Amino acid sequence: MTAKDLPALSVADLQSLLRQREVSPREVIDALQARIETVDREINAYLSLDFEAAAKEAEKANVDLPLGGVPIAVKDIISVAGQPCTCASKILRSYRAPYDATVICRLRAAGAIPFGKTNLDEFAMGSSTENSGTKLTRNPWELSRVPGGSSGGSAAAVAADTAFGALGTDTGGSIRQPAALSGIVGLKPTYGRVSRFGLVAFASSLDQIGPLTKTVRDAALLMNAIAGHDPQDSTCLNEPVADYAAALGHDLRGTRLGLPKEYMVEGTDPQVKTAIDAAVKHLNALGAEIIDISLPHTEYATAVYYILATAEASANLARFDGVRYGYRADNPKDLLDHYGRTREEGFGPEVKRRIILGTYVLSSGYYDAYYLRAQKVRELIRQDFSRAFERVDALISPTSPVPAFKFGERTADPLQMYLTDIFTCPANLAGVCGISVPCGFAEIDGKRLPIGVQLLGKALDETRILQIAHAFEQTSQWHKERAPIAATLQTALVRRSFSEGG
Amino acid sequence: MARNSELDVAYVARLARLNLTETETELFQRQLGDVLKYVEKLRELNVNNVQAAAHGIPIFNVLREDEPRDWFTAEEALRNAPRQRDGLFIVTKVVE
Repeated sequence: MTAKDLPALSVADLQSLLRQREVSPREVIDALQARIETVDREINAYLSLDFEAAAKEAEKANVDLPLGGVPIAVKDIISVAGQPCTCASKILRSYRAPYDATVICRLRAAGAIPFGKTNLDEFAMGSSTENSGTKLTRNPWELSRVPGGSSGGSAAAVAADTAFGALGTDTGGSIRQPAALSGIVGLKPTYGRVSRFGLVAFASSLDQIGPLTKTVRDAALLMNAIAGHDPQDSTCLNEPVADYAAALGHDLRGTRLGLPKEYMVEGTDPQVKTAIDAAVKHLNALGAEIIDISLPHTEYATAVYYILATAEASANLARFDGVRYGYRADNPKDLLDHYGRTREEGFGPEVKRRIILGTYVLSSGYYDAYYLRAQKVRELIRQDFSRAFERVDALISPTSPVPAFKFGERTADPLQMYLTDIFTCPANLAGVCGISVPCGFAEIDGKRLPIGVQLLGKALDETRILQIAHAFEQTSQWHKERAPIAATLQTALVRRSFSEGG
Repeated sequence: MARNSELDVAYVARLARLNLTETETELFQRQLGDVLKYVEKLRELNVNNVQAAAHGIPIFNVLREDEPRDWFTAEEALRNAPRQRDGLFIVTKVVE
């Protein structure tokens, strides 16, 4: 293997090369930079890069730390001191984060190097990254299709081998769905497992930060670094953190896996259904007991989600007023004009739509009918999960009802886009953890598009879903397949290095 | 639950301090009308004796000691301000 091939490695494999002193952190950063400069023109996963700072950190990196010398990409809604944090919004275009989010402090303490910020739907509102106010990110498997969203930049970077691993955020599926559509692993931790201090808030009762990675082990390694209590986030749980990576390798005999009958809804692509059926059989063959169960309020989850998420967003985004930071409209004639035009010119269409809906469901006369009722139905959904987890250790379902769709295919009708979250948003409402792992491919228009299987676990039972996902992954080949663009460009890169004598 | 026809996008936009163009107002009126029609399905459920869940994992009253600590300097806090002078944010005139 040449230095140019380094970006194809998993975090775990990179770590072992670094620890054996076969490569230096500086060589890793340089190889990643070269790869991004060649590949990201086509993918557009990154919004900003700071290789100067990353190279400096690499020079002094301690490779014996848990993630020593490992570069990690960060969704551009998480604060990294001194770097832009635009949320892919015009309103934050010139903003630079004054401090590190707790997850970034923890990554740094584990030796990791944050070097770049990835694209997203504006303020994480969307399921395709098409709502980015900055640029379109392409799916590395098929450039005419979306990478999923809202953590589409993080997912595409990992899938295109332009990141070893990345952080994303998941409010209704924004880690798991792009992971599925891009053919990688994505974990949404339990609500409160990971600190959100330094994360720009979208929907505070739902948002969680988590890893997007090439393998399940890498997800466990990143979780080891970022999980745990933080006094600066009052919703962060003060509970012991497991060694997730050390717990892998557990065999599945005796594991009870629930198959919710509501999770095979109309509109699910037949190729997705076939892949999930095969994954269920596979896990059964590995020793897991498959139990039919019911989550009867599933059909209400999307409605509850879009009331609560927009309500919380309308409150959280009130802070963008053009006074303390961010964009400000020119020459306002009075204060109302200042607010109204700053927000009109600063926010994109989906953010505006959600602010309007959220403001409406919270407004006097409608609060009880929409917001309060949605909170009550949320409780029913939570109880569905509690009852299910009395009988099973984890639940299995598709991550997304469809594989990666084409640009523009779902943008005209917001409701159609919202319904792509149908399998993922219930976990956010209930606060439980979930992971998506590659489980096959759909063939559409002669192209192979990745499919992901979702495993949902009890609150704080990340260990269990990581173990199941790992057992599945280690006995299947799906995660070893690379996006065609990754393979092609990698060859090109190696060839170039030879021609330059490198 | 309210009928979707009760949504007046122009009025709500004023509440949200968010100017919209006429085209946006009409588009959102139609699109959000569809969303509100969809969420009406929540009316099917009897929620009379159900407690509202604000969070998936209930935790309450997380407090800390009220102690001074090092945080931003005024200069750091002002670094992202669109307009500032003499260590202060410049705001649009509020009084006549």
